[in-house]
Amino acid sequence: MATNILMPALSPTMEEGTLARWLKKEGDPIKSGDILAEIETDKATMEFEAVDEGTLGKILVPEGTEGVKVNAPIAVLLAEGEDASAAEAPATPAPSASAGEGSVPIPSPLKGSEGRAEPTPADTPAPVPAEPKAPVTPDYPEGTATRTMTVREALREAMTEEMRRDDTVFLMGEEVGEYQGAYKISQGLLDEFGPKRVIDTPITEYGFAGIGVGAAFGGLKPIVEFMTFNFAMQAMDHIINSAAKTLYMSGGQMGCPIVFRGPNGAAARVAAQHSQDYAAWFMQVPGLRVVMPYSAADAKGLMKTAIRDPNPVIFLENEILYGRSFEVPEMDDFTIPFGKAKIERAGSDVTLVSFGIGMTYALQAAEELARQGVEAEVINLRSLRPMDLPTVIESVKKTNRCITIEEGWPQGSVGSYIGSQIMREAFDYLDAPVISLTGKDVPMPYAANLEKLALITVAEVIDAVKQVTYR
Amino acid sequence: MATAQAAQTAAPAPDSAAIPNVSREELLTYYREMLLIRRFEEKAGQLYGMGLIGGFCHLYIGQEAVVVGLEAAAEEGDKRVTSYRDHGHMLACGMDAKGVMAELTGRIGGYSKGKGGSMHMFSKERHFYGGHGIVAAQVPIGAGLAFADKYLDNGRVTFTYFGDGAANQGQVYETYNMAQLWSLPVVFVIENNQYAMGTSVKRSTMSRTYWERGAAYGIAGEEVDGMDVLAVKAAGQRAVEHCRAGNGPYILEVKTYRYRGHSMSDPAKYRTREEVQKMKDERDPIEHVRSILLTGNHATEDDLKAIDREIKDIVNEAAEFSKESPEPDVSELWTDIVA
Ligand SMILES: Cc1ncc(C[n+]2csc(CCOP(=O)(O)OP(=O)(O)O)c2C)c(N)n1
Ligand SMILES: [Mg+2]
Repeated sequence: MATNILMPALSPTMEEGTLARWLKKEGDPIKSGDILAEIETDKATMEFEAVDEGTLGKILVPEGTEGVKVNAPIAVLLAEGEDASAAEAPATPAPSASAGEGSVPIPSPLKGSEGRAEPTPADTPAPVPAEPKAPVTPDYPEGTATRTMTVREALREAMTEEMRRDDTVFLMGEEVGEYQGAYKISQGLLDEFGPKRVIDTPITEYGFAGIGVGAAFGGLKPIVEFMTFNFAMQAMDHIINSAAKTLYMSGGQMGCPIVFRGPNGAAARVAAQHSQDYAAWFMQVPGLRVVMPYSAADAKGLMKTAIRDPNPVIFLENEILYGRSFEVPEMDDFTIPFGKAKIERAGSDVTLVSFGIGMTYALQAAEELARQGVEAEVINLRSLRPMDLPTVIESVKKTNRCITIEEGWPQGSVGSYIGSQIMREAFDYLDAPVISLTGKDVPMPYAANLEKLALITVAEVIDAVKQVTYR
Repeated sequence: MATAQAAQTAAPAPDSAAIPNVSREELLTYYREMLLIRRFEEKAGQLYGMGLIGGFCHLYIGQEAVVVGLEAAAEEGDKRVTSYRDHGHMLACGMDAKGVMAELTGRIGGYSKGKGGSMHMFSKERHFYGGHGIVAAQVPIGAGLAFADKYLDNGRVTFTYFGDGAANQGQVYETYNMAQLWSLPVVFVIENNQYAMGTSVKRSTMSRTYWERGAAYGIAGEEVDGMDVLAVKAAGQRAVEHCRAGNGPYILEVKTYRYRGHSMSDPAKYRTREEVQKMKDERDPIEHVRSILLTGNHATEDDLKAIDREIKDIVNEAAEFSKESPEPDVSELWTDIVA
């Protein structure tokens, strides 16, 4: 019986991909293990191996096709003895596990629940918030030309520009060089800057974080990539005790200009030890700068500032955001200062404060609320230390209500700090308690349904707004 | 201290005459157990492609002889702990294929009720202590299990598995020092599959004979051909005897090879297709046992076909179970956080 060969999922975050090249032609015999095609995922080009034997009947998706959804039929595999006419009729889906199961479309109970919790799937193009109404905080002069790029490209461009500008800047970490980056942030950097400045390390976070700190003491400007921030826990002592405190301990003689960067927070289905938001942890430490960009422009402007900053900077990226596109200004030297929040959307009814991926919930909720007649002001903090509290306080004085949104845990959250500051500075302006929305107070579960529940949702933001606006 | 046992390079086809003291039953058991791991992993790869398994999924294909050989040297009650590349270890120590597969699909029938996933499974009953996602974190944990055994004086040994990449983490050496100082009954098993993600051994260290690193702490060890299940078993027995006799830890550096990418999203540009193919053609651990069975007239093609079918059924049943088992009840989000 002819079966369909389906577009495979080849990474935790892949929802669609490009069918780059067919390595087999119609009529070719196929053995299990043969490479059928090359498929470009959100991260890399992968070879796609055959599972079953047979003959390649019809190619349904020609090479070069972009945006092929996972599980879409891409070719028909003929069983022994069948001729191509079998391929004309749509291949029959087999009902359940049979020998040929890998190439048969089986309705996946998880589909639709994959990826992020909310209606807008993670990889839809730029979740551009409804055109923000003035006054938003401009990061660049009005009329500046912009270019659409992903957060991934923006980070890469920022590092490239700074490495060209200052030859004491170097990048170090696991798989940053020859592998081109585990998440492809450093793709191409080894080619341009060579192995002296793009350095692959063994898996020794504590060791290379300390070496980075020493190199910074010694006059260099290291960018230390953690494959993910979960592994920075191994290096915590050097980040806090060696990097953050030295300027103080040396009476100002000697600081530590270093950037620790990498993806932070939950990705998709990578479970408890690989899904944690460290924003609140690092934010607590005097001596550190802590930033968490949302858009590609944030990423680019803040990264350039981070590399130039004379202090240790914790730069918290997000795997889900890497592939999202935004407008970035075409400027010779675009930087965003630390400690400057951005009002992404103006509104008078409630203030939503967030940062990093939390912004996606805040902005989606604001749009939905606008349809219901509630105008939310949305503040993108961008940097957590220093934190632009004056912008938050000013907004709250206008809206009299505030909700903070983050993916981290509730106890000792970023939002609980903001809430306490608002209470101090704007108590008399509040018409309702400040609500801190966070991820649930549990380790991240693997199961798809539970992961969805553990993360914050747009619906929770909307509910909270209704609560504080007494609707 | 024992010396190196075998080189990693391709050995000539095995000669049955050179394999003394192995019964037909034993060979068939190894064949069956290795085949179960391979077929299970192939199925897991398929389910991943279909979106039924998500996140990270690290397959063990190519390394089957390591766990099957060492489990043959273990006694009931011995413990094991490993990394995220853990499916093979679980199947080899007698955990149920259905429960493992259902954990991979995140269902209530999985070993961790769907809450742990591919990287995080445990079975107190089978003395399997995980399933750890942070590279090398399992190494001191394994020594700690051995510490408890020594404290309780129960004669048990712990197998602590880690990779060539993990072997560069500092906590491994902190652990070596204490394990020898306190004579802990732990077998450190370095599964040297020659790559840590995309980084080959050559690109990560100048000290490439990993088992010899124990010498700095006075720990005995040896290198083992990890594509030969009989060699692994024999080395495992030496290690276990050493530990049970109260001589402290022992290091086995097992030379092996992973056929698949590091995880499902590894484009694997760091090695050639020829290198992988050569290993599959010349050193496959399952083919090795198969050829001993056939050339030594221990089994016929039909006998082996029957085993293949039996394994296929087990794996298909596990896959079915993993699809039919429901997702955990939403109340499970809030359970098991504190005892
Ligand atoms: C502390 C830490 N750093 C980095 C990672 C990311 N990572 C996961 S597996 C891996 C490679 C490990 O290689 P090896 O120890 O040789 O084991 P193998 O995967 O070959 O079985 C890396 C870098 C991690 N999980 N933990
Ligand atoms: Mg390895």
